[in-house]
This record gives sequence, C-alpha cells and structure tokens, in this order.
Amino acid sequence: MKNFFDNFYARINNGKNPYYVTFGLLILGAVLVYISPRSLLAFMILMLCPMAIYFLNMETKIKVLIGILLAVVIIPVLGIRNIFYLEVIFQISVFAALALGLNIVVGMAGLLDLGYVAFYAVGAYLWAIFGSKQLSLLYSVPGAAAASAEFSLDPRWFWLFLFLGLALAALTGILLGLPVLRLRGDYLAIVTLGFGEVIRVLALNLDKPINLTNGPQGITPIQRPPLPPSYIMDVFRNILEPIVGHEVTDAQFYNVFFYFIALIVIMVAIVVARRLEDSRIGRAWTAIREDETAAIAMGIPLVQMKLYAFAAGASFAGIMGVIYGANRTFVSPESFSFLQSIGVLTMVILGGLGSIPGVIIGAAVVVFLNIQVLQTFSLFLSSLRQSDAVIPIINFAWRDLSNQLDPAKYQKLVFGLILVIMMIYRPAGLIPAERRQRELTHEEDE
Amino acid sequence: MALLKTTNVVKRFGGLTAVNKINLVFEKGQIASIIGPNGAGKTTFFNTLTGIYTPEEGEIEFDGRSLIGLRPDQVATRGIARTFQNIRLFGSMTVIENILVGMHIRLKQTGMDILFRRKFFFEEEAEAEERAKELMSFVGLRNVGNELARNLPYGGQRRIEIARALAANPSLILLDEPTAGMNPNETADAIKLFRSIRDDKGITVLLIEHDMRVIMNISERISVMDYGEKIAEGTPAEIRSDQRVIEAYLGREAAAATQA
Repeated sequence: MKNFFDNFYARINNGKNPYYVTFGLLILGAVLVYISPRSLLAFMILMLCPMAIYFLNMETKIKVLIGILLAVVIIPVLGIRNIFYLEVIFQISVFAALALGLNIVVGMAGLLDLGYVAFYAVGAYLWAIFGSKQLSLLYSVPGAAAASAEFSLDPRWFWLFLFLGLALAALTGILLGLPVLRLRGDYLAIVTLGFGEVIRVLALNLDKPINLTNGPQGITPIQRPPLPPSYIMDVFRNILEPIVGHEVTDAQFYNVFFYFIALIVIMVAIVVARRLEDSRIGRAWTAIREDETAAIAMGIPLVQMKLYAFAAGASFAGIMGVIYGANRTFVSPESFSFLQSIGVLTMVILGGLGSIPGVIIGAAVVVFLNIQVLQTFSLFLSSLRQSDAVIPIINFAWRDLSNQLDPAKYQKLVFGLILVIMMIYRPAGLIPAERRQRELTHEEDE
Repeated sequence: MALLKTTNVVKRFGGLTAVNKINLVFEKGQIASIIGPNGAGKTTFFNTLTGIYTPEEGEIEFDGRSLIGLRPDQVATRGIARTFQNIRLFGSMTVIENILVGMHIRLKQTGMDILFRRKFFFEEEAEAEERAKELMSFVGLRNVGNELARNLPYGGQRRIEIARALAANPSLILLDEPTAGMNPNETADAIKLFRSIRDDKGITVLLIEHDMRVIMNISERISVMDYGEKIAEGTPAEIRSDQRVIEAYLGREAAAATQA
C-alpha cells in the first residue's frame, strides 16, 4: 500500500508531469465547479490543486502564479456562484490559523493547552463589545435593548481592532501563563481547561452588574468593515455578473471580502510560524518540549520562553476572533465551548504535532468533514427517507429509517474514530513534522 | 585562582542528608574530579552547583560571585555548562540543532530580527552554524549534522552532549560520568577529548567518574565523597594510598585483607 503511494507520487512528480497534473486539476476543478456548483466531488477536485502546488516539484514562480490565479481569481468567482464554498474556505482559514497558533503551544513547546478557544473568545468579544451597540447598553437589562441605541465606533475601527485583538489575546496568554507555567504535563492541561471554561462562563455571566457581554443571548449586530467605495465595487460587479450569471449582492461581496481578509491573515500566520520555528526561540521551544531539565541547564529561561509560546499562540487566535465576530455579526458564549478547544486540538493532532503544513491540512480535513461531507450524507439520507426506495435483500424501506440517524449529529463519533485510527496507524499525523536539513557539505571534505 | 569554591554546602531530602558540609576549591584551568561509591551524593552535589537544587546551608562562589538562589538557566549564563549522567539530548532535533540550542545564551537575535528576517539574523545564524560544525569536528563527529540526535549510537550521543555544553562558551564544564558504558577504546578517546577541552579551549573540567582508570589518568586533583561527606582530597597518588578511600570503596574488612 505504502509502496503503491510512493510509486504513484514519484511518477507524477517526474519531469513535466507536475505541471500537467496541477494545471489539469485547476482547469478540471474550475470547470466542474462552474458547471455544477453544488457538487462535493467537483469542489474536492479543485481543492486538490493547492495540495498539488504544495507537494509537487515545480518552479517557485509557476507555483506562486498558479496559487495567485486560484486564490484571487478562480475561487472568488466560483465562490460567488455558490457562496457556500467561500464559507468553507473561510472556516478552513479561521481554523487553520487557530491550529497554527495552538501548534506553537502544543506542537512546538509541548505545553498541552485544553482551553485554547478562550483566546479566540477574547478577540471575538473585544470587537463584539466595541463594534456593536453594546457600549451604549451597558446599563440596560439584557434582552430589553433599546432599538434607538447607537453604534459606538465607526466600522473602520475594525482594522485597528485586528491588532488590538491580537495584543489583548497575547496579554491574556501571558496572564494565564504566569501562574500555571510551573506546572507540567497533565496538571497544565487541567488548569488550561479550567481557564477556557472561566472565559466562557465570564462571557455568559458578565451581563450583570453591568451588561458587558449580554449574557447567553450574545451580542448582535456587530459591525463589519466597510466594503471598498461603490465605484470600485461597480467595476467588479460589471465584470462578475456576466460570468456568474446572476446579480451580485453586497452580502456576496462581503463573503469574498472576508475570504480575502482570512486569506491574508493565514498567509501572515504561516510566515510568522515558520520564521519563529526556525530561530533561536523556536529551537528553545522544541528543546523545552524534548527535555525541560536539559533545556534549562543550557541556559534557556523556561518561564520566559513558555510565556512567549503562550503569547504567540494566543495572538493567532485573538486576531481570528476579531475577524470571526465581524464576519458572523454575532457572538455568543456557545461558540467558545470546551468542545471547540478539543476540535482545534484534533486538527493539530490529525495533521501532525509540530508540523506547519500538517496542521493546515488537519484544519482543512476537519472543517471539510464537519460542514460538508457529513452534511452531504445527512441530506442524502433524508432524501432517501422521503423516497420509496427499499434495501433489496433485507427488505428495509428507507422511509422507516429513524430520524435520529443523522450523520451530521455523529460528528464527535467520526472525530473520535479518526483519532483512534490515526493514533494506531499514523501517530505522527498526516504530514509528520520534519526537522530542517541544513547544507553541511563542507563538513564532508574534512 | 579559585574558579569555584563551595563552603559548607548542605543539601537534605527529608531526613536524608545527601550532601553534608562540602568544602571544595577548584582552580582555574584544572582537570578535577569527584569520585565516590554509588549514592555518595556526587550527582546531587552537581545539581546543587547548577541550581537544580538549592542548598539548605552553605555558600557556592563562582568567579568571585555567589550562585546561591540562581535558577539553572542563570547559572548557565554565568558560565557553567554540564552534561548528564543519563544522556539528556533533545532526541527529535538534529545534531546541529542540539548544538545550536547550547548556544542559546550566546545568540543575540531579538523577536524583531526573527520575524522580519533582518540581516543580523542571517549573519548570526550562519556564524552559529559554522561554530556548531567546528564543535562537531572538535568532539570527533562527522557527517551526522542532519541526523536526529536519538538515532546516533551511544558514544556519539555522549559526544553531542559535550559539544552542546561547549557551545555555550563556558568557563567551567561539569561532566557527570561521561565515560559510563563506554568500551576501553572509546574511553581512551574520551580522555583525549577531556584533555583537549582544557588544553585547547582553556575550559576548566570537573568530572564525576566511577572508572578509576579514567580518574587516575587525567585528574590533577581528586575529591572523594562517601555518604554525602568529603572523606579525602588530593593528587591521584595521594588518593590511591588513602586508607579511608580504600575502605569506602572496598569495605573495611576487605581493605584490611588487602593490607595483610
């Protein structure tokens, strides 16, 4: 089996083949998605294209060119035809950034953090409180909001709040880190788990004595940053409408807009994570993960380095929190439950602890399974239920299938199974972490 | 000149006094060693020196300044590097990365240098890599820079650990049973290496050893510990003929038998 894959990979990675494969996937995927915007298979073929760009040997220039073509032209255009794809990619970007952040803490520095979404919540609630009418409702009873309330800030403040969210989450990371970093392993995991719950419960209960978070109802509406001026949007509209074949609304443009914001943030996050990894700080993190006693004997200040890890990891979540709040125009404590933390951890473990490409793939797989594959199965089953189809031999009518049997509800079961299977057959993840190989040629001359 | 001086150092674990009033002076440029039977408190003494344990009583002075109350990383920054009795490498990092971690306290790159990949970052990394390669050939490792440390054979791992300790440019290196588990050939090579650490790099070497041949061969000064106390001190010749040392190693009756 492994041999088969190796041979297959070697063959398509040979000579000019990568170019044919990548362009083939790009064109085939784009055409298929264009023809049938709802097909899961078509979308998966298109999504193979970025993987081909990453894994196959091609000239860097060509790779960048195809990447830009795909990300800036093809996906937005196809996305406007079926807005759902932009949503999928947006969610993948959000969770990939979270996974990259958690990967710094868990994968590189080896600090098991089970409350990671707390930092995401900090970013989301920051913009939710300042970017909504909440500040003028501080003294009103939750739920009895006066309709006349005003937004407290201009929506353009969003751009500044991206950085404030990042900074506040980093600060929260440090505040959490200070008391708990003397703990190791299991103890640290338990404390971070508690911390994650504390943040959620705070969000749930800070509607009294002053109504800061609006309690369980959450905060809405939250402002979005304004789209570019209308004369620019009209240019896009005129280009896009004939291609996608229907009118393009502002709501659809917003989906594209957030897709681009998320894309830029995830690009920056990847660069930052890679640069940190390959530096004095990244090496110190790995050393701490491998052996704390040896690391400290080498002069690595444990507390300081662990705080850096917590702050860096948290900042990724903080900035994505702000974007998430604005995108949804709604935040509530439910979005930041313990299961979300576990979900992000699943992505990191599935992709490969400590592996940057790995955790991105991990995020993509989990999100894809979550909001697309399982949903599709659910829809398929429910359409069977409504039909007269019968399973032949056992003579079972689909109509009689229980409504309880809904794949979308078995999300956790599927993740659990995936994790069990991964731990048995591929414990290092889909793309295991690799150490950088250095050019050490002159060593051999000696 | 005394590089390291301990005065009445005491370390207790509950009712057990593992290190009891140890007074030692190590001169700059010496190769000195501490010997003693199993459980004599040698490694505990090392851990007390390097800040892993804080002594209950006593004073440790290094280079004229007290080390009491410093964390292990601060002790390392002062210029004491060490290896461990049971090898403690960063197993899933490459050999060269292990040595680069040893250079941590010597590297000056800041977060900004790292994130923006400023010129200084590349210069410093290139320089560090160059030094790491030099250290690898100094300890006699070749063509393994990109191997994961855990994949090296035992002797190689010992060498990486020494290279990693040397990477910090220490003025004193503490080696905890560095030849344990080595065959005679490897031991002979190791002795050469310890000598050249002192002779070529000017670093003071302090060893803990079990192997009498190693100790007698390279030590200029030997301190003997038993039950947490220093029972003898002197040159190899003096130690060899010291009645209390023989007793500690062989037991009183056996020692008497050899005398007879």
